[in-house]
Order: sequence, then structure tokens, then C-alpha cells
Amino acid sequence: MTGVLFAEQVLNGLQSGIMLFLTAAGLTLVFGVMGLINLAHGSLYMVGAFAAAAVAAWTGSFLLGLVAALAAAAAAGALVEVVVIRRLYARDHLDQVLATFALILIFSEGVRWAFGSFPLFLDIPDALSGPVMLPGGIAYPAYRLMLIVVGLAVAGGLGLLIAKTRLGVRIRAGEADREMVAALGVDIRRLYTVVFALGAALAGLAGALVGAIQSVQVGMGEPVLILAFVTIVIGGIGSIKGALVGALLVGLTDTLGGVLLPLLFGLFMAPSAAGATGSALASMAIYILMAGVLIWRPRGLFG
Amino acid sequence: MMRERTLNGIVLAGLWLIPLTAWLMGAPFTITLATKVAILALAGVGLNLALGIGGLVSLGHAAFFGIGGYAMGVLASHAQAFDPILTAPFEWSGTKSMPVIWLFAIVAGALAALVIGALSLRTSGVYFIMVTLAFGQMFYYFAISWPAYGGEDGLSIYVRNGFPGLNTLDPIQFFAICAVVLMAVLWLVSRIVASPFGLALNAARQSEARVRAVGLEPYRLRLIAFVISGAITGLAGALFADLNRFVSPVMFSWQMSGELIVFVILGGVGRLFGPVVGAALFVTLEHWLGGLSDYWHIYLGVLLLLVVLFARGGIVGALARRDGHD
Repeated sequence: MTGVLFAEQVLNGLQSGIMLFLTAAGLTLVFGVMGLINLAHGSLYMVGAFAAAAVAAWTGSFLLGLVAALAAAAAAGALVEVVVIRRLYARDHLDQVLATFALILIFSEGVRWAFGSFPLFLDIPDALSGPVMLPGGIAYPAYRLMLIVVGLAVAGGLGLLIAKTRLGVRIRAGEADREMVAALGVDIRRLYTVVFALGAALAGLAGALVGAIQSVQVGMGEPVLILAFVTIVIGGIGSIKGALVGALLVGLTDTLGGVLLPLLFGLFMAPSAAGATGSALASMAIYILMAGVLIWRPRGLFG
Repeated sequence: MMRERTLNGIVLAGLWLIPLTAWLMGAPFTITLATKVAILALAGVGLNLALGIGGLVSLGHAAFFGIGGYAMGVLASHAQAFDPILTAPFEWSGTKSMPVIWLFAIVAGALAALVIGALSLRTSGVYFIMVTLAFGQMFYYFAISWPAYGGEDGLSIYVRNGFPGLNTLDPIQFFAICAVVLMAVLWLVSRIVASPFGLALNAARQSEARVRAVGLEPYRLRLIAFVISGAITGLAGALFADLNRFVSPVMFSWQMSGELIVFVILGGVGRLFGPVVGAALFVTLEHWLGGLSDYWHIYLGVLLLLVVLFARGGIVGALARRDGHD
């Protein structure tokens, strides 16, 4: 394998990791602040992707599609929080798992009913459809590079939001002691709705951005949800920094494992057997990574 | 309101009488549905031991269900192709005998539960849920990407495996096998729950600190419960594969884990017959709503949401008070 090819795979790993971070950030924020495990987070990712695909097809503008994704996912998140999720904060995790599992069924079948079972397509904007030349002679798709840049910008923005703004202060205070925050006159119910909608908007944005390089279809949210779970278990639940580190680790392990493990087994096995063993092991690599982290630190890297 | 024991009697009578009536009336499809109920109930009974008694919210029980299914698929596919699965120390080309397959399914389910449980039980609460889910997915992706046993397409077994002295191709006889296994396991689980081990496990769920204070180790209690639970669910997986004569990675999918939890909760968590009622309701809804609308999962979702938000204790909890309490 050449250095250029390897560098491309590293960039692919970064790109999938940073998109995973957008989904995992909302999940970990919601758990950290409200103590809620939300299986329906992947559905909000799907809602974002469908909203983007529908609006982009209607207006012809990718950017409007992204705005629609943010708005639709945030609105769906706020609605679900007010109608269902709000009743679950005081319940145990089992009830939360079940109720949000029920929400997945409702979201998935609802979207299937509205849009049909066939995948939609969201086209990459023309300006970003070609490759860019990076130093070292690496030709890399401009759109994927843009995903990395946008993802890093959103991660930075989220960090600033939580560290520097009034909303961020309230979020951190709500994490530490919800009674005290409520006693000091912060409307805790509204704060929870805002946090949930913020997490939903990030997931929706990720769904729309990734939807342009994969297909937009019912059920697209669940694999991402499970990867996001692995991510925040590795990073430590409730920690945004942990989610970022975990997402990059998962993205890189998943991408590089798929490329490197078959090559590694090829050194001492017949090519077909090496391909089969390598790809089977690569599909398990992130879970093995997670198991390793759990043995070493049961509460995650930053938990 | 009636006593839980009375309700259990009614459920058991229904489980036997409905397929027997269908048999007399010549309606084999109803018998197949009843068989599906018995098998899914068995998987639910396994999960209920970990979830209801042990308080372990495992979102990865599809792993054991799938392992049981693949135990059947691997052994039977070698036997039907006369392709030796072992060459040393002796040559063995799998088997088409249910009792042997069950043994493999139980042992494989228990071993997988031992490894997954030993790792996952180091965590608790929401970590445990996510970690079991992730291990379940690990098996799912492994089954998809491992080509030797069908990969994504799964494995078909052309003729249902045999049971000594019975014709398993006859729907009512196969139902009887599954229902007897279910009853045997229900009896076993009721003994486990009433045993000192079961009481300690129940106590560990309610108050971990007090259990520790009397010198018991919650981790060990939970791990044993998780292993028994995995073994039962593995056995159910082998029967489910035999019912369909087909195994595929879908048995490992996380929706399967979710549905198993749904049976237990719809029926009544921690109640002996809860999973049986839940599985019966689920299969009935699937059949009935599935006939009414292609989008029946919406109704299932709404029903589940209503049960979780407003009817805690499930159907058994709504219909019966607990024996010896209240």
C-alpha cells in the first residue's frame, strides 16, 4: 500500500469520525444533562437527511437543504421532548429504552409511509463535486474535505457555546445540580427542551451531510446510533471532549481496520481466506476497541 | 383482579387449547403461529431472568438467540451436505438430531453470555445497556461478513431436524415439542427464582449495598443469572431456526433484542408468565395488524409507548395482583 493511499484512508477515517461526533455529541449531551438514554437519536439523524433530500430536490439548493435539515430535526426533537421524553426523565433506564424504541418504530414507519421504501438521493453541490489536490500529491474529494472542515467548525462552536455563553453555563449547571438551577430561577423544563433540540439539530445536520455521500433511506439512523453509543461509551458518557476523541478513534479504527486487516492476514494466508478473515475481524474491530477500553477504564476515557 | 396463579393457568390452557383446536379443525397456519409464540416466549423467559429478576437491561440478547440459531444452522448444514465439521480426533459431519443441537445451542449461548457478561457487568446502568447492544451488533456484523455459512444471505436447512420417536414435520408434533420445552424451562425458572440464589439475585437488584453488606457478591450473582439467561435464549434460537428452517444475521439484529424486551415488558416484567403473554400478544398483533396495514409497526410503537407511559407492570400486572403480596 502506498503512502498516498494510506493518507486517503486516514482522511476517510477522520471524515467518518467527525460526522460521528456530530451524532454522538447530542446523545452524550442529553445523557449528561438530563440523564436520558435516547435510542431515537438515530431517527432524528434520519429526519434531517430526509428533510435535506426533499428540500434540496424541491429548491435545487443544497444549502437550503442543510437549513431544512437543521430546522426539521430541531423541530422534531423539540416536539418529541415535549410530548414524550419529558415524562421519562424521572423514570428508570428500562422505561427510557422502551419508550424511545417505540419512537423509532413510529419515526421509521412514519417516514416510510410519507416517502416510500425507496432511497432518496441527495446530490453533492457542483462546486464541491471534484477532487482537490492536497500537499503530497493526494487527490481527495472536495466534499469529504468540506465535511471534515464543517465538522471541526461545529465541534469548536459547540465547545465555545458550552464554555462561554449563558446557555452553556446553564447547561453545565443543569448537569451538576438540577434542583439548585431551578431554585435560582432558570426555567429547567425549557432548558431541557432546548438541549434536546440542539442535540437533535446536530444529528439532523450529520444525517444531511452524510446523506449526500450515502443514500437517504429508512433505517439509516440505527447503524449510526449504535456507532454513536460505542463512541460515547469509549469517551465516557456525558463528556463532549470524550465524544470527540471517541468518535475519531472509532472512525479511524473502522476505516483503517477494513483496509489494513485483510492486508495483514494476506502476509501469512491465502488471499481469499485472508480477505474473508480480515473483513470479518475488521467488522468487529470497533467493538474489540470498546471492550479493551472498558477493561482498562470501565467508565470510558473521560468518564 | 385475580390471582396471578389463576391467570397463569388460563394462559397455559390457552397455549395448548388454541393449537389443539386448530389441529382438529385442520388449520396448520394457526398451529405455526402458536409454535412461534411458544419459541419467542421461551426466548423472553430467558431474558426475563436477567431483566426482570436481575435488573440487567440487556439490549444484546439477540446475540444468544442468533448463536442458538447458528448452532442449529451450522450442525444441520454440515449434516445435510455430508461435509465433515470435524476431522480430528474423529470424523463428525454434524447432526440433524434436535436434542444434540439443543445441547450445542445451550452451551454456546452460555459461553457467549459468560464472555459478554463478564465484560459488560463491569459497568452498570446506561453503560450496560449500550455495551450489551454493541456486543450484539458485533455478532451481527461478524455473521454478515463471514462467508463460510451464507454471510448476509443466511443458511437454508431443507428438512426440519428430527426428534427421536416424533415426526417433527407434522406442525402439531413440532408445536408439542416447543411447548413442552417452554413448560420445562418455566418450571426451572420458577425454581431458580424461589431458590436462595434467586432471592439473592432479586435482592441485588433492589439494594446492591445491602446484599454486599451480608457478604454476597452482586457481580457473581448477576453473571450466573446472565449465563443461564443466555443459555435459555440460545435454546430458543435453535428452535426458532428449526421453525423457519432458515437462519440469517437478522436473528442477531438489534431490533430482535428490542423485540425480546418488548415481549417481556408488554407481558409484565419479572412475572413468570409475562413473556408468554407478551409473545402471544406480539405474534397476534403482527399477524392481525400486519394484515390490516403495511405500516403496522406504527401501531405497535404507539401501543408500546402507551404501555410504558401509563400501564406499568404490563398486561399480567394489569390483570393480576402478585401472589402473596399486596
